[in-house]
Amino acid sequence: MAGLKTRKQQRILVLSAAIATLFGAVLLVLFALGGDSLSLFLQPLDVKNKQVEAGQHFRLGGLVEAGSFSRDDDGLTYRFTVTDCAATLPVQFKGLLPDLFREGQGVVTEGALNADGVFVATTVLAKHDENYNPPGTLPKSADQCTHPDAVSRMGR
Amino acid sequence: MAGEIGHFSLILALAFALIGACVPHVGARRGDVRLMVLADRAVLAQFLMAVTAFAALTYAFVTSDFSVINVAANSHSLKPMLYKISGVWGNHEGSLLFWVLILTLFGALVSWRGKNLPLRFRSRVLAVQSLLVVGFLCFILFTSNPFFRLDPAPLEGNGLNPLLQDPGLAFHPPMLYLGYVGLSIAFSFAVAALLEGEVTPLWARWVRPWALLAWVFLTGGIALGSWWAYYELGWGGWWFWDPVENASFMPWLAATALLHSAIVVEKRDALKSWTILLAIIAFSFSLLGTFLVRSGVITSVHAFATDPARGIFILGFLGLVIGGSMALYAWRAPKLSPGGLFGIVSRESGLVLNNILLSTFAAVVLVGTLYPLFVEAAGAGQITVGPPFFEFAAMVLMSPLVVALGLGPLLAWKRGKLSRATQIAFPALVVALVAGTVLVWKTAGGYVMTAFGFGLALWLIASVLLEIAGRIKLWQAPKQALSGLAKITRAQWGMSLAHAGLGVMLLGITISEAFTSEQLLVMTPGDTATIAGYDFKFDGVAPVAGPNYTAVRGFFEVSESGAVLTTLMPEDRVYTNPPMNTTEAVIYPLVSGDLYAVVGEAAGAGRWSVRLYFKPLISGLWLGALMMMIGGLFSLSDRRLRIGMPTGKRSINNPATAKRKKWVVL
Repeated sequence: MAGLKTRKQQRILVLSAAIATLFGAVLLVLFALGGDSLSLFLQPLDVKNKQVEAGQHFRLGGLVEAGSFSRDDDGLTYRFTVTDCAATLPVQFKGLLPDLFREGQGVVTEGALNADGVFVATTVLAKHDENYNPPGTLPKSADQCTHPDAVSRMGR
Repeated sequence: MAGEIGHFSLILALAFALIGACVPHVGARRGDVRLMVLADRAVLAQFLMAVTAFAALTYAFVTSDFSVINVAANSHSLKPMLYKISGVWGNHEGSLLFWVLILTLFGALVSWRGKNLPLRFRSRVLAVQSLLVVGFLCFILFTSNPFFRLDPAPLEGNGLNPLLQDPGLAFHPPMLYLGYVGLSIAFSFAVAALLEGEVTPLWARWVRPWALLAWVFLTGGIALGSWWAYYELGWGGWWFWDPVENASFMPWLAATALLHSAIVVEKRDALKSWTILLAIIAFSFSLLGTFLVRSGVITSVHAFATDPARGIFILGFLGLVIGGSMALYAWRAPKLSPGGLFGIVSRESGLVLNNILLSTFAAVVLVGTLYPLFVEAAGAGQITVGPPFFEFAAMVLMSPLVVALGLGPLLAWKRGKLSRATQIAFPALVVALVAGTVLVWKTAGGYVMTAFGFGLALWLIASVLLEIAGRIKLWQAPKQALSGLAKITRAQWGMSLAHAGLGVMLLGITISEAFTSEQLLVMTPGDTATIAGYDFKFDGVAPVAGPNYTAVRGFFEVSESGAVLTTLMPEDRVYTNPPMNTTEAVIYPLVSGDLYAVVGEAAGAGRWSVRLYFKPLISGLWLGALMMMIGGLFSLSDRRLRIGMPTGKRSINNPATAKRKKWVVL
C-alpha cells in the first residue's frame, strides 16, 4: 500500500477517521438512549402525579416508612413502604437487602409497578454516603417529616 | 495545637505556591536564572508544608482529638488504628488535603528527578504545577478546612462508615489519587510546552514516565475499588457504571490514549498537538471526576458531601483550568512545527486508531454520565443512564480496539505491511474463531455475544504470544530463541504484559458475566445447596465479636463430588459506632472461579437467608489488572526511560543565551 504523499492528505485521513468515529458514537448515544437504558428517577408523589403505567421500568427514591417493614413466610420476600412524606408507595423485593437498609433510611430501588400498583423492585441500592443522608431520597416537604439522619452532620 | 500548626502550614503553603506560580514565569521571560531556580525551592517548600499539615491532621486522628470537627465527625476512639489513619483521607476535607499532598509531592519529584530538564522548561512546568496547588489550597482554606475546631469538644466521635472500614478501601483512595494527580504532571508539561512553543520527541520522553506512573496508579486504584465493591457490598457485582466510577474511568481512558500517542511523538515526532491536547484532557477528566464526586450534582450510589458552595468553587476552578489551557492550546498549537509522515498501514496508524477509539469511548462515557444533569437542568425530571447504554458502547467501541491491538504491535513504524502482520497473527485468528465456534456450539447457540468476547480475548492473548515468538524468531531458529528472549527490552515486555493483561481481563469479564451461577435461598442448618457442581452444606451460625462490632458468622462446608474443599464463613456484622450492618461476603478463589457466599438475616424458625454464587474465571479481572500494572512498571523501569536522556535543544537548554521568541509574552 502506498504511503501518504503529503501532510494534507494525512491530516484529512486522520480527521475523517476521527469524525466518522465520533459520528458513529453520537448515533450510538442517540440509539442507546432511546432504549431502555434510560430510566426515570421518581419519588412516590411523582409516581402518583404522572400516572406511571404498570410494567414501566423506573427508579424509585424515598424513605422507608417507619413500621412498614415486613417479611413474607418464604423468608426472602420483603415488603415495605417508600414515602416522600407527600405520598407513599408499597414496595415488594425478593433478595438480600443491602447493609444500609433500615426503616426511616433513604433507599433507591429499581423496578416497575405491577397490576396492583405495588412497586416490584429488582434491586434495592445501598447508598453509601459518608454522612448517611443520600441525595434524591430526602423528602420534598421537610416540614411534614424529618429525615432521621439530618442531625448526624455535626457542626457544619 | 497540632490543628493550628496544620492550618498555619496550609496558609504558608499557599504563599509559597503563589510565589512558585508567578515568579518563575518572570524569570523565564527575562532569562533570569535565579528567578527560575526559585521554582524548585517553592515546590519543595510547598511539599514540606503539605507534609506538615497532613501529619498534623493524622496526629489529630490518631490521638482522637475530637476538638477538631473533622475528627469528631469521622472518627471514633475505639476504631482500629488502620482505620483511624485511613479515616484521614476517608472524608471530604481530609481527602482534599491528601490531594494537595500528592500534588506537591509530584512537583517535588519533578524538581528532584528532573535535574536534567532544561532549567527554563522545568521552571515553567513547576510554575504550572504550583498554580494547580494554589487552586486546591484555596478550595481547602475557603470551603473545606479540615482544621476547624469544635467547642465544646464532644467526648466521642461519630465514627467512620463501617463500609469504609476495610483494607481494600483504606488503600483505594490513595492509589486513585496518585493516579488522578499524577496526570497533573502531564498537564503541567503540556502547558509548559505550549508556553515555550516547542514540542520535541524529547518532550514526549520526559512526559511518558510520569503519564505511565499515573496510569499504573489509576489502574490499581480502579481495580481496588472494583474489588472492594465485589466482596464488601455483597452483591457479587464489581462495576455498576455509576457516575463516580465513570469519573475514574474517563481519566483512565484518556491516560491510556496519552501513553500511546506519546510513543508516536517520541519515536516519530508526529501527533504532537494531539498529544498535548490529550494531556490537557486527561487531567481535565481528573478534575471533572473530583467535581462530580465532591459536588454531589449527580445522584449516585456513592454520594459524598453535598455542599453547593463547594460545587460552585470546583466548577469555577474547572472552568478556569480547562478553559485557560484550551485557550492557550487554541492559540499556540497551530504554531507547533508539523511532524513526520506515516503510511495508512503503519504502527503510527495503529496508535492513531487506538487514540480515536479510546477518546471516543471516553466521550461517550462523558455524555452518558452528564446526560442526567442536562435533562434535569432542562426541567424534564430526574433520570438515570443505566448500564445497558455503557455496555453497548463498550462493546461497539472496544471490540475493534482489541482486534487492532492484536495487529498493531506487528506493524512496522512509518510503513508496515498488513499482509505480514496477518500472516504472523493468523494462528491467533484460528484459535479465536475455533474457540468462539465451540462455545456457541456447546451452549447450543445461546451465548453468541459471550462467544464473541471469548474469541476476542483469546485472539488478543494469542497474538501477544505470537508477537513475542516472532520477535525471538522461535519458528525460524528455535535454538537461539532463548537468547532472543533475553534481548527483549523491558519496555517491550511491559507492552506485551499489559496487552495480555487486557486479554485476561476480557476473558474474566465475558465468562463470569455469562456463566455465573447464583442462588438466593433460605437454609436451615443441615441443608445442602448445589451450585455449578459444588455442594454448599449449611452448618448453622455462631456469634462472634470484633474490636468494634459484633457479628453472626455462617458456616458453609463446600465439597465437590464428595471431597471437602473448604469451609466458607461469611459474616453479617453490626457495628456499634455508627450503628450499622455490613455484610462480609466470603470468597474462596479456585482456578476455575470464585466460590462466594453471603449470609443475610434470620428468616425465623432457625432459618437463614443466604446468597451463594459460583463465578467462573472472575479472578481474570484482578489478574488482568495486575498484569497491566506490572507491565506499566516494567516499562517504567526500562533503562532507556531512566538514563541516557539526551539533553534538550540549545534554544531551551541554555537560558542565558536563548533568544527569546517574539511571541513569548509571559
